[in-house]
Amino acid sequence: MTTLAHDPSGGPFAIEAQALNIYYGSFRAVKDINLRFSTHKITALIGPSGCGKSTVLRAFNRMNDLIPISRTEGTVLFHGKNIYDADVDPVQVRRRVGMVFQKPNPFPKTIYENVAWGARINGFKGNKADMDALVEESLRDAAVWDDVKDKLFQSGLSLSGGQQQRLCIARAIATRPELILMDEPASALDPISTLRIEELIQDLKKNYTILIVTHNMQQAARASDYTAFFNMDTDRAGYLVEYGQTDQVFTSPKSEMTEQYITGRFG
Amino acid sequence: MRQSFDRELQRLQAEILRMGSEVEEHLTRVTTAFVERDAYTAAQMIAADTSINERRIQIGLDALTLIAKQQPLAGDLRLIGAVMEIVGELERIHDYIKGIGKISLNIGATPILPAFVAHMPEMAETAREMLHLSLKAFVDRDRDLAQRVPAMDDVVDALFNQLYADILAYAANQPQAISHSNQLEWALHNLERSADRTINICEWVVYMVTGVYHEMSMGEYEAPPQ
Repeated sequence: MTTLAHDPSGGPFAIEAQALNIYYGSFRAVKDINLRFSTHKITALIGPSGCGKSTVLRAFNRMNDLIPISRTEGTVLFHGKNIYDADVDPVQVRRRVGMVFQKPNPFPKTIYENVAWGARINGFKGNKADMDALVEESLRDAAVWDDVKDKLFQSGLSLSGGQQQRLCIARAIATRPELILMDEPASALDPISTLRIEELIQDLKKNYTILIVTHNMQQAARASDYTAFFNMDTDRAGYLVEYGQTDQVFTSPKSEMTEQYITGRFG
Repeated sequence: MRQSFDRELQRLQAEILRMGSEVEEHLTRVTTAFVERDAYTAAQMIAADTSINERRIQIGLDALTLIAKQQPLAGDLRLIGAVMEIVGELERIHDYIKGIGKISLNIGATPILPAFVAHMPEMAETAREMLHLSLKAFVDRDRDLAQRVPAMDDVVDALFNQLYADILAYAANQPQAISHSNQLEWALHNLERSADRTINICEWVVYMVTGVYHEMSMGEYEAPPQ
């Protein structure tokens, strides 16, 4: 078990995991993860089902805390502070590290309210005009404004799957996070909607650092700057196998295991 | 898990090998025809170029189809990339063979320089052996062999220099034979370039195996020697 190319970019880094181990009850789901993610870059987390990549992703905004039997060991440094320290409020972490899920999950509220909610919980102090501007800007940044500008007060659930997912991205960026974690954000979408999300991710990296879990090798190859490949060890714990520039990982991976996985010979 | 894809990859490699073997054989045959003034074989080698061109296109299209259908990555992608490059190099080598055939017909019944009769087959045999080994390196995924082959080009280059000097001396002594000398020089150049193309094949084999491309050809004879 050798981790290759621990640090492909040289930084600066938005977030860093050190000796990260995550347990569900007595089962160790991921082990000994050391990873740093470059600022304003897109990093894809890939690997076979059960290798712990989503668990690792959720560790970066303490979403695993919501699973009662989960336990996290190790350090996740964000601005030099371990987000697992006792004095850190996980809600505060999640405001700065947003998340987009596999299945679009807009609230059963209007499109406007879906986006405004994020800003409100972040302590937004502006007036109605300021909020209108923020909602529009977030929807524009999420490349969904043109689709919804004439129906801002209709239910978010009235939109198509691809539009709902972009609405969820707008909601995530309305809190002005620094990182956005995406857990298979396009796997429930049709090919056109998928490509729109991928284009959107490219636009978003100007302002955000993005981590994306995907099962789609072509998506990882197309959409990311760096790729981290995880696999499951014989004890079923996920571990990091290889981490490198996406161009290199998908044309000339260093690890034979990575080669076998991305060429579809296992997993 | 990807048996049909693996079969397609093997088929592509077999096609390259089949085409490469034919190019090898034609290199020898056209050179023998050249020194033996065998117009019939020279004409056959010219005609064979059509089929080589067709196969080059077919292999290229098959490779593109495989990319579209299988979305290859990593070693698979490098293999298909190498196939697309190598098939182009083989096709160009056969263009040189066709060129030598045409020059042979251009020269007609005129006897050629004895030095050509003496050394051109050796030059062609070295170029053929280089091609053979480069294709072996391709099939065996043998980086070391692919890296050794380019050194053999020194033999080809030395013979090129020697014969080129002979042509110049011949032309200087018999100015009425300038046109004939020019034909010989073109044939010589074609042979030399075919070995350079083989070095390109070696470069793609190394890339295919290692993922790293580096140029091994010096491109010495893109202009005549001084």
